[in-house]
Amino acid sequence: MKTAEEIVRDVRNGATTASSELDDALLAIKARNDELNVFLYVDEEGARRQAESVDAAISRGEEVGPLAGVPVAIKDNMCQRGVPTTCSSRILDAWRPPYSATVVERLLAAGAVPVGKTNLDEFAMGSSTENSAFGPTRNPLDPTRVPGGSSGGSAAAVAADMTPLALGSDTGGSIRQPAALCGLIGVKPTYGLVSRYGLIAFASSLDQIGPFAKNVTDAAMLLEAIAGHDEMDSTSLPEPAPALVTHVNDGVAGKRIGLVRDLVDGADEDVVHSVERAAEVLAAAGATIVELNIPEFRLGLSAYYILAPAEASSNLARYDGVRYGLRVDADDVTAMNEATRTAGFGDEVKRRIMLGTYALSAGYYDAYYGQALKVRTMMIAAFARAYRDVDLLLGATTPSVAFELGSKVSDPMAMYLSDIFTIPTNLAGDAAVSVPFGTGEHDLPIGVQLLGPGRSEAQLFAAARVLEIAEGR
Amino acid sequence: MTLPGDWEMVVGLEVHTELKTATKMFCGCANKFGAEPNTNVCPVCLGLPGSLPVLNVRAVELAMAIGIALHSTIAPSTFHRKNYFYPDMPKDFQISQYDLPINKGGYLDLPDASRVSIERAHLEEDTGKSTHLGGTGRIHGADRSLVDYNRSGVPLVEIVSGPDIRSSAQARAYASSLRAILIATGASDGRMEEGSMRIDANVSVRKPGAPFGTRCEIKNLNSLRSLQRAIDFEALRQIELLESGGTVRQETRHWDENLGATSTMRSKEEAEDYRYFREPDLVELVPSDEWQHRVAEALGPMPSERRSSLIERLSAPSETQLDAVEVVIDLGLETYVHAALDANADASLALARASNELAAGIESLGNVSLSAFTSTVLLEQSGALSATQSKTVLGELLRVGGDPVTIAKSLGCEQLSSDSLASTVASLIEENPDEWERFRAGDEKLAQFFIGQVMKRTKGQANGKQVIAELHARR
Repeated sequence: MKTAEEIVRDVRNGATTASSELDDALLAIKARNDELNVFLYVDEEGARRQAESVDAAISRGEEVGPLAGVPVAIKDNMCQRGVPTTCSSRILDAWRPPYSATVVERLLAAGAVPVGKTNLDEFAMGSSTENSAFGPTRNPLDPTRVPGGSSGGSAAAVAADMTPLALGSDTGGSIRQPAALCGLIGVKPTYGLVSRYGLIAFASSLDQIGPFAKNVTDAAMLLEAIAGHDEMDSTSLPEPAPALVTHVNDGVAGKRIGLVRDLVDGADEDVVHSVERAAEVLAAAGATIVELNIPEFRLGLSAYYILAPAEASSNLARYDGVRYGLRVDADDVTAMNEATRTAGFGDEVKRRIMLGTYALSAGYYDAYYGQALKVRTMMIAAFARAYRDVDLLLGATTPSVAFELGSKVSDPMAMYLSDIFTIPTNLAGDAAVSVPFGTGEHDLPIGVQLLGPGRSEAQLFAAARVLEIAEGR
Repeated sequence: MTLPGDWEMVVGLEVHTELKTATKMFCGCANKFGAEPNTNVCPVCLGLPGSLPVLNVRAVELAMAIGIALHSTIAPSTFHRKNYFYPDMPKDFQISQYDLPINKGGYLDLPDASRVSIERAHLEEDTGKSTHLGGTGRIHGADRSLVDYNRSGVPLVEIVSGPDIRSSAQARAYASSLRAILIATGASDGRMEEGSMRIDANVSVRKPGAPFGTRCEIKNLNSLRSLQRAIDFEALRQIELLESGGTVRQETRHWDENLGATSTMRSKEEAEDYRYFREPDLVELVPSDEWQHRVAEALGPMPSERRSSLIERLSAPSETQLDAVEVVIDLGLETYVHAALDANADASLALARASNELAAGIESLGNVSLSAFTSTVLLEQSGALSATQSKTVLGELLRVGGDPVTIAKSLGCEQLSSDSLASTVASLIEENPDEWERFRAGDEKLAQFFIGQVMKRTKGQANGKQVIAELHARR
C-alpha cells in the first residue's frame, strides 16, 4: 500500500491517477469489509466524482491540493452532505445531512477523496467499537480482537490498507487508543486547532477531530489540510493551520522530555518496557529525559466520566423524534420522545445520558459536575506546571495491547479504564500523539504516547518521527 | 385601583424583547416576522447534529445599548444551556445567560419620578412557535402540533426588574417607559401584538413593612391592558385567599384575557430542573471598553431625558400639553416642536400640530422639513391660516413636501380679506339678533356660536381670533 505522500507525488507527476488510486481503495474495501465491518457506507459515486475532478484538473495543468488523489476514510460522526451519517446509532436512522462538516469541505478542497463513513462506538461512547448499532468492527491485525474505539472503524480502514488516511475524533482517547491497538499514528490535536463544525457532538468541550496514518509525514499532511481557524466554530483557534510537514525531521536534540510515571505504572509489562525503550531512543537522539510524577492524572478518569456524560446528556437531547431520524409514534409528544429514545439509543448511550443528567441535577451539581470542573482546573494547572520544566511528556497510550472481542462488554468500568492514560490531555485541551513502538503479546502493536502543550503539534511530530525511524520505518 | 384594607402589592416584571437584528443570534438566517413557515432556517437554528452557534455581534451591541440606557454595568459574561424538552426548541436546550449576564444592575425612572431598579438584562435565543390543532388545543391532547422554526434562534434580551413596583398602574408605566427605551435604542420595535415584546409579572401581596409574600408568576400578558388587569386580578385573588385563612402557593399562572382571570399552569413542585451548565460551544463574551464606548456614543438621549428637556420649555404645562408631549416623545417628533419653539411659536399650537397632524403622517415625515413645520405653525398663529387650513397644509407637506406658503396659495386657502370677514360677521349679526343681544349682554359663550357660523359660511377660511376681534369691535 502506498503512503499518502507517494500517492500525491504520483498523481501530480502523472505516474498514477486519483481514479486508479480510488479503484485500489474500493477493491481493498470489498476484499475485507464483510469480515471486519469497517465501513458503514461507501460513497462510491461521490468518491468517483471527486477523483475525476482531481484528474481533470491535472490534465488541464491546474494546481491541485496537498492531498490530491488520496482516499480518506471518515468516521461516521462527521457530516457529509447527502451521505448517510449515523453515529452508529439507530436514532439517526436514514438521516442524510444537508451540509458538510468543515473538515470534509477542507478535504475536498485539498483534493482528497472521501470514500465512505466508518463504524464507531455509538455517538463515540466506547473504547472498542463494540457499542455500534451496526455490529462491532474487528481488528485487521487479529480479527478476534477489537480495534479499539471509539474511532475503531477509521483505525481499521488504515490498518487494513483500505485507505492510507482516516479521520477520527478524540474525546477521551478515541483516536490514540485505537491507533495504539492497530499499530498506527493517531493524533489528538490541540482543542480548537481543527474545526468541530459538522462533528456530531459527544462532549463539546473535549471533542477534537484528528488523523490516523501509517507514518508521521502522512499524519502531518492530513492535519495540515484540516487545521486552522474556522468562523463556523466559536472555539476554533484564531490562527491559520501551522506548518507541520516541513518540521517532521526536526528531531529532539536539546528538548527536555518528561517520562510520566503516572502514565506508565499499572500498564502491562510489555507496554512499560516499550515506553522505557522509547525514552532511551529519544535520549540517544539528543533529548534530556526526566522522570516525573503528576498525581493529578489519576483523577482524570473520574472527572471525565462526570463531565463528558453531562455534556452528552444535553448534546443528545435533540434526538427526540420531532425533526429527523427515528420516530416511534405514541399518544402524545412526551410519550413519543420516550418511545423514540428508548428504541433509538443503545445501552452505553443511555447509561451516559443518565449519569450526565444526574450529575447536573439540582442538589447533585456541586458534588459531581462542580467538583469535576475543579479537577479539570487542577489538571490544566498540573500540565502547565510540568511544561515549565519540560517541552514534552512521554507515557503509554493504553495499558495493554488489543483485547479480545467481548472481553470487556459486560464490565463498563474495565472498558473505561482503557482510556486512563489518554483522558488527561482532553481535559487540558492539549495535544498528544500515539506512535506504534514495539510489540506485546501475540506480536500485537504497542502505542507510546507523546504529549505536549497547546499548539505543540510540530514538536510532537518531530519526536514521533524519531521513534518511527528507530523502528526502521 | 386601590387594594382593600392596608394591603400592598409587590410586583417585579420580566420583559422579553426580540432584538431588531438583520440575522438571528447564532446563524445567518433572516430575523423576520411573518415569513412562510420554516423558510428562514438552516442547520444551526434547526439544531441539526454537528451544527455550532456563532454569536451575532449586532445582537451583543443592541443588548449593550439597552444596558447603557438602563444605567446597567456591562460585564464580562458567559452563556449557559437551559435544558428541557419541548418540540419548538430544536436542540432541546436554550442558550441563555445564567450567573454572568451581560448587563448587571441599573434602573429605570418613570414619568411620575418613581424609580424601578433593574436586576439584569441578559441575552438569550428565542424558540420556534408551536400551533396545536384540534383536541384540547394545548400540547397534550391536541390532534396535531405544527412547529414553525423561523423564530428559533431570534435574539432576545430579558430585562428583569427588582420587586419595586407597587401598583398595576406603575407596572404599566414601567412597561411603557421600557418600551420607549427599546424603541429609542433601536433594539426592538416593541410590538407586543407580534410578540416582539413579551411580559411576565411576578406578583405578591403583603402588609406594609412585612416581608415579601409568596409570589406567583403570570404569563400570557399580550398587551399593556392585560398586564394591568392581570396584576390587579392576581393581587385581589391573593388578598382574598389570605384573608379567608388560606396561603398562596408559589406557582406559574396563565392569564385568560376573555375570562379576565389567572389560573394555575404549574406549581413549584412541577417546575423543571433546567440543569444549567456553561455552553461549551461558545466562549466568554468580554466587550472591550472601546466597543462599549462606541455603542454608548451612537446612542442618542433616552426618552426620559428628551421628555424633560421638552417639558422644561413649557411654562406650567397643562394636562393636554403633557399628553401631547408623550405622543411627541414616543414618536420622536420633538425636534419639530423644539424648532417651532425656537421661532417663538405658541407651545400648545406646536404640540397640537406635532402630536396630531405629524403623528398621523409619521411614515412620510421625511417630506416635512423643520422650517416648513415651523412656518405653518407661525402662519396659523398670526391668523394668516385658519386651523383647518393649517391642517390641510400640513397634510400636503406630508404628502409631497414643499413650502407652506406656496401650498396654501395653490390650495386656495388664503385668508379671507378683513373686508369680507367684516361683511360676513355683519350679516350673521343681522340674521341672529337674539344671539347677538346675549353676546352684547356679556355671554362670551356666544362668541363660539358666531365663530362656528362664520366658519360654516366661509368653508373654514376665516381665522377664529379675527372673528372674535370683529365681534368685540361691534359690541
